[in-house]
Amino acid sequence: MAEVAENIQNIIKPENLVYQKSPVLTDKVMHYCPGCSHGVVHKIIAEVIDEMGIQEDTIGVSPVGCSVFAYNYIDIDWHEAAHGRAPAVATGVKRVFPNKFVFSYQGDGDLAAIGTAETMHAVNRGENIVMVFINNAIYGMTGGQMAPTTMVGQVTATTPYGRDVDLNGYPLKITELIAQLPGAAYVTRQSVQTAAAVKKTKKAIRKAFEIQANKKGTAFVEVVATCNSGWKISPVDSNEWMEEHMFPFYPLGDLKDGEKEDPEALKMNV
Amino acid sequence: MAKVKGAVVVDMDTCKGCNLCVVACPTQTLALHRNVNGKGYHYSYMENPDACIGCSNCALVCPDSCITVYKAKIA
Repeated sequence: MAEVAENIQNIIKPENLVYQKSPVLTDKVMHYCPGCSHGVVHKIIAEVIDEMGIQEDTIGVSPVGCSVFAYNYIDIDWHEAAHGRAPAVATGVKRVFPNKFVFSYQGDGDLAAIGTAETMHAVNRGENIVMVFINNAIYGMTGGQMAPTTMVGQVTATTPYGRDVDLNGYPLKITELIAQLPGAAYVTRQSVQTAAAVKKTKKAIRKAFEIQANKKGTAFVEVVATCNSGWKISPVDSNEWMEEHMFPFYPLGDLKDGEKEDPEALKMNV
Repeated sequence: MAKVKGAVVVDMDTCKGCNLCVVACPTQTLALHRNVNGKGYHYSYMENPDACIGCSNCALVCPDSCITVYKAKIA
């Protein structure tokens, strides 16, 4: 036993370090529930900002929802927006500081419900911002009510017998809607339940920031996420539930990869 | 042949015992401790330190970034 402990001490040396907490994250302990996907996505964004060396030049816009306190955890400049209005605020920030990196970080209640108009129009204008969308199919902060993205048949606080299409409508695939818009440059859907998925999401978010640097249009990254407190199952079971029920309806992958449409090509002939 | 050995250090105080790292570990190195930390969570620890290969899977899926990973070649 002592030998094992000694071996470990020989390995734990600064020169053997392969992974540590990103220096862009603050030391504050996150208020998220155990196993919440928000923490992983915060970490990914912090790592991308660190790797690109843009900590001084990045401005985040935080939403209303669980991630409202994102400004406490990622050590960059932040702006807090009214519920759903993060893309509108991000538009303003980006237009005032065109050389800064601006991103909005929103959940599904914020982006796909109250903020649908702002989301659609910001993307349609082709604003050079990054939008990170966390889709966990529920209103997590307020106690697990039905969101527009809630699955058909999913039990929530406001749909105790499961979501009924006749009464509550269909789940909203807002990422598919956004992929149609001419201003979108990069639209993708990712997840963070395994190490491989985390690496893919990191690549997607890095690509989104690079698209912003090249002024190609709006980059939109949806992350299919879990809300184990809202779903009332354990974090590990939530990941399985998400893979089983959400991935068939919200398939992962790139929906659009290119740049915004050339305005010259759309000009009418006079 | 040189063998690659890893070691993880879990920040006991910030770990929330969500169990995601335990499931993500391909070598069953990690487990939740029977003791609890200051917040009342069963924190993650290296139950089987010899098995660790330093792959960083646990650290990648950790929502609270409380895992640091080290890796070394042992002759």
